[in-house]
Amino acid sequence: MSNQSEMMIDAGVSGAQSTLPVSRMTGLALLALLAVAAIGGPGLIGGDPAKQSLLHTLEGPSAAHPLGTDNLGRDMAARLLSGAQLSLSLAFLSVITAGLPGTLLGIAAAWFGGWADRLLGAFADAVLALPGLLLVLMLAAISPGSWWALYAGISLTLWVEYFRYTRQRARIVLAEPSVEASKLLGLGPWLLIRRHLIPEIGPGLLTIAAFGAATAVTSVAALGFVSVGIRPPTAEWGVMMTELLPYWREAPFLILQPVACLVLTVLALHLSVGGPRRP
Amino acid sequence: MNAFARMALATLATRGVQAIIVAVIVGIVSFAMMQALPGDAAYRIAAGRYGYDMMDAASADAVRAELGLDQPTLVQLWAWLKTLAQFDLGTSAVYGTSVADEIASQLGYSLLLAAGAVVASLLIALPLGIASGLRPGGLLDSMSLAVSIFVRSIPAFALGIVLVLVFAVQLKLFPVAGFQGFSNLVLPSLTLGLGLAAVSNRVIRDAVVDAMSADWRLFARTKGLSARLTLTRHVLRNAALPVVTYIGVQLAYLIEGVVIVESVFAWPGIGHALVHAIFGRDIAMVQGTALVLGLTYVALNLCVDLACRGIDPRGRTA
Repeated sequence: MSNQSEMMIDAGVSGAQSTLPVSRMTGLALLALLAVAAIGGPGLIGGDPAKQSLLHTLEGPSAAHPLGTDNLGRDMAARLLSGAQLSLSLAFLSVITAGLPGTLLGIAAAWFGGWADRLLGAFADAVLALPGLLLVLMLAAISPGSWWALYAGISLTLWVEYFRYTRQRARIVLAEPSVEASKLLGLGPWLLIRRHLIPEIGPGLLTIAAFGAATAVTSVAALGFVSVGIRPPTAEWGVMMTELLPYWREAPFLILQPVACLVLTVLALHLSVGGPRRP
Repeated sequence: MNAFARMALATLATRGVQAIIVAVIVGIVSFAMMQALPGDAAYRIAAGRYGYDMMDAASADAVRAELGLDQPTLVQLWAWLKTLAQFDLGTSAVYGTSVADEIASQLGYSLLLAAGAVVASLLIALPLGIASGLRPGGLLDSMSLAVSIFVRSIPAFALGIVLVLVFAVQLKLFPVAGFQGFSNLVLPSLTLGLGLAAVSNRVIRDAVVDAMSADWRLFARTKGLSARLTLTRHVLRNAALPVVTYIGVQLAYLIEGVVIVESVFAWPGIGHALVHAIFGRDIAMVQGTALVLGLTYVALNLCVDLACRGIDPRGRTA
């Protein structure tokens, strides 16, 4: 759970050309920063995200509380870091659980064709029949407040994109004469996939992964915000927004902090693969 | 039957299958929600019918036998889906009214919000996209790109919070939440519209750039058509196709956005009702609202499909 952004950065750097545009560099730097925050968690500043102090509520930034305290006197910085840990680890895990099967099934569908292809395609269409967040919302409703329901729902909606992309590209690549030649040379399927397919679909998969992670982070916060996802008192960015919204008049800077964290994370993920358009 | 009608029928069939899939998924998930409720369903229903004081194990058993709760899960699921197939949405456990009636009053508000969002996004994206597309690489183009990337990164509900804090609370230009009049429509539509426009203005820009560099555009100019007429008669019409197609892609964002943004603004629509029903464990209501949202999604997709066929004459001869 800890090194989500690190892995993305590694993959991003090796997948790109020698010179990166400024926007991608910014995105990767932001991601590195978020990775440090998520790995370190509240331990980085030595605060406890759950410790209340009712004598010190809604305070501005001070030496003891660098980002102030919330309505129950809990340290905002510690809570934001704890929220980063939760959101980014869930995003990382769901990208892995969606990406690996999605890619492998996509290759399998293109490789075998026929019934396997049609069956998998029908399943993918079924998942896409509903807008993603609606499906996550309904799955989360089966067991409200559960981390696992969120994780399963997000992974289930994310895998389709890997599958469809891989299937479409793999069909084209596997029909190329170079692949035919490699087959005639007697290369096994695993080697064929590694030599011909992975270099072709790698960058596209990376982009899907970054957008998928952004979708996951947003979904967790959105569901937390409407009180369907993660429940209080867990420090989660969406939950924090709901908790702090009634105090906008006394402390407008507090409600803007989780909003800023969420926007920065999504921005970093989008920038790291270059721009707001999907492939 | 002409080619266009045949094409329309094929589209209708594909979307019809999608609608059935939506209904089955929503039915299965609602059924799972029912099964996941803690406690014995027979006791719960018996308590609801006869009151907590008047019920006993015998009446619970009677309910169990009557409703088939002792049947295997798959048999129960089949019965559940059959009820759904008869368009029987049941009654809301919280309001005690028919789910269909509740939804009938909410759907109008949600469609109004969705329409407002699309109009807002077009009002922003069309001028911006066309102006950027006419001078690619210019100042406006690069600025709109930067702003688009940034706005695209702001989740709809976070944007809603910021807009409320700025325009409703600080500047007091618009009401904060609820629905009393059309001034309530502005902020939620703008919230969703900005998110839509952030991507669609780039799509419009790309479409305009492509159309401006096309051979037929040069021909139109060479044969003596004025720059203005070329733009309105040829360029914009050709650029419209990817834009309408892209509205189809954005429908998922729109439906998701409606669900969450309605909660931010306490908009009396169907998405707000869905979130409330999930929170209150009102399963009939969850099933009804999710079903209608899903079917609306399919229906809107169908409209976009047909609109694309209408704009583009190339598909008709095929």
